[in-house]
Amino acid sequence: MKEEVRLMKGNEAIAHAAVRYGCDGYFGYPITPQSEVLETLEALMPWETTGMVVLQAESEVASINMVYGGASTGKAVMTSSSSPGMSLMQEGISYIAAGELPALIVNVMRGGPGLGTIQPSQSDYFQATKGGGHGDYHLIVLAPSTVQEMADFVGLGFDLAFKYRTPAMLLADGIVGQMMEKVVLPEPRPRRTAEEIARQCPWAVTGHPAGRGINVSTTLELDSAKMELNNIRFQETYRRIEENEVRYEEHFTDDAEVIFVAFGSVARICLKAIEDAREQGIKVGLIRPITLWPFPTKRIAELSHRVKGMMVVELNAGQMIEDVRLAVEGRVPVYHYGRMGGIVPNPQEVLDSALSHFPELKK
Amino acid sequence: MNPEDIKRPENKVYSKPELLNDTPMHYCPGCSHGVVHKLVAEVIKEMGYENNCIGVAPVGCAVFAYTYIDVDWIEAAHGRAPAVATAAKRLNPENLVFTYQGDGDLAAIGTAETIHAANRGENIVIIFINNAIYGMTGGQMAPTTLEGQKTATTPYGRRVDLNGHPLKISDLLAQLEGTCYVTRQSVHTPAAVRKAKAAIRKAFENSMAGNGTSVIEVVSTCNSGWKMSPAKANDWMVENMHPFYPLGDIKG
Repeated sequence: MKEEVRLMKGNEAIAHAAVRYGCDGYFGYPITPQSEVLETLEALMPWETTGMVVLQAESEVASINMVYGGASTGKAVMTSSSSPGMSLMQEGISYIAAGELPALIVNVMRGGPGLGTIQPSQSDYFQATKGGGHGDYHLIVLAPSTVQEMADFVGLGFDLAFKYRTPAMLLADGIVGQMMEKVVLPEPRPRRTAEEIARQCPWAVTGHPAGRGINVSTTLELDSAKMELNNIRFQETYRRIEENEVRYEEHFTDDAEVIFVAFGSVARICLKAIEDAREQGIKVGLIRPITLWPFPTKRIAELSHRVKGMMVVELNAGQMIEDVRLAVEGRVPVYHYGRMGGIVPNPQEVLDSALSHFPELKK
Repeated sequence: MNPEDIKRPENKVYSKPELLNDTPMHYCPGCSHGVVHKLVAEVIKEMGYENNCIGVAPVGCAVFAYTYIDVDWIEAAHGRAPAVATAAKRLNPENLVFTYQGDGDLAAIGTAETIHAANRGENIVIIFINNAIYGMTGGQMAPTTLEGQKTATTPYGRRVDLNGHPLKISDLLAQLEGTCYVTRQSVHTPAAVRKAKAAIRKAFENSMAGNGTSVIEVVSTCNSGWKMSPAKANDWMVENMHPFYPLGDIKG
C-alpha cells in the first residue's frame, strides 16, 4: 500500500488518514454530520492490520476521557464529533491541555445553538479558538477547506500536537465533512514502537519500567505558586506556537482593493465570488487562515495597510471578524457577511454584500 | 534480654509495603483509605507488577493516591476513571490497570462510565471505596448515603421521598455480562483486611487473565464526615452499613 488516489467524503478521508498516519487509537460517539469517521474506521478494521484501537464509546464525555487516558500513555489518539458533542467534550479538552498531552480532536461543525441543525456551520469558532473549556488554554486549530486537507491535517495535527505537547483541533464545517472529492491518501507508516514512544514521550505513563522515575499524568496542583508556574509554562508554549505555526493562503491579494477573509469551505465560495468579480474588473482578493489559532494576525495587519477594507464571510453571526478587527486595529473598515442555521451562501450574495459595503469597487 | 537482640530480620513480622512511599498521607486518622492503599501497594508488589502497572486516581478524597503508591498514575476528571482506564488498558494491554474511586465519583457523576466500562468487560479492576458520604467536599450526601443518615446536604437525614434511595451499584454491576468478579469487602478488623487483600489479588489475577471487569467495593468509614471517633465509626458501619451493604462475593 502506497500513496493512493481515491474519491471520498471528507469524513472518510479523516479515517483513512488516521490509519495511514499510524494513529494508535480512536474513541468516538456517533453524531451527524461526522459519523462516517467512526463508521469508516470500523469498516477498515485497523486492529487487524496496524493494531490501532477503535472504540465506540457510550458518550462524548467518555470519548474525550478515553483520549485523555490514551494520550497520557504517549499514544497518538484522537476523537471526532460535531458541535453539540464538542460542547460535552470541553471539560476533557481542558484537562488534556492542562496535562500537556498531545491529541487530535476533530469537530465537523453543524448549526447551533442547542440541538440546532445537522446542516453545516462555523459557529464553534469562538469555542475552538478561545479555549472552550475552563481555564487559560489554547488549542492549535486547523481549518481544512478541501477533502485533501481533511486527510493532510490529520498528520499535521498529530505532528504539531506532539511537537508542542498540546491538543490540536481539526475544525471543519459540515460541508467539508460531507462533500466528496479526489484525495491523495498518504503512504502508510507504522505505529511507533514502545521504545520510540519512550524516547519521544519520556513523560508518558507506560507502567514505570525499571530505571526511570514515576510518571504521573495529572492536572491538579493545589500549591498556587506552582500552579501559576504551570500556567506560565503553558503560555510560553502558546507564544512559541504563535511564532512558528501560523498558516494561511492568499489569492489575488497583490492588487486587491478589498480582501475577503474566510476559512474552510466558505473560503472556496469567496474564491468563486472573487473570480467572478475579477471578470468584471473588480479587484478583490482572499486571505484564508488555515490555522485559526494561532491566527494570521500579523499578515492581516500588513494587508490592511494597502486595502480599502476587509470583508469577513462566515457561517455564523460574526466570530472570526473579532480577530480580524483586532489585527486591522481600525485602519480600514471591516464588514461581516454571515449565514446561520445551516444556510450556505452562494458566490453572488457574497459579492453583492461586499459591493454594498464598498460600492466604489464597481467603478 | 537486650531489645537490640530482638530487632533481627527473622523476628520481623510486619513492614511497610515497598511501594508505599514516605509522603505523609492527608487522610484523616481512622479513615479506611490508608488501609486499602496499603493493600493495593502490597498486592502489586507481591504479584510483581510494580513495573507494569497504571493506576487511575479519582476526584475525591483519593485524588492524591498517586502521591502515595509508587507506580505510574493518571489522575482522571471526576467520574471518568473507567473511561480513562479503558483507553490506558486497551492501548497498553501488558499493564495491570486499575481505578481507585469513591462513591460520588463512581456511583453519581461517573455512573455511565462505570456501567459501560463494566458492560464492555474491560480488563480493568475497579476499587470502590463506599463510605456513604462525600468526604473531600465536607460531608455531603452521596448516592450510597443510607436512609435517615445525616449529612451536610441532608441535615435532617436522607429522605427517600426527597433524595431517592441509596444505590447498591455493585449489585447492579454484578448483573452485567462484562463483570467477572464483584465483591463487597470491609477493612474494620484484621480478618476483614486479610479477606479484602485476597479479593484485590483475585481481581488483579482476573484482569491479567483477560476475564473482564472486576469490582471490589470496600464498605468504609469516614469518621470525619460522619462526625464520630474512629472506633465509633467502625461500630456505626457494622451496625448500619453492613446490613444494607452485606459483605461477601456478589459474583465470581
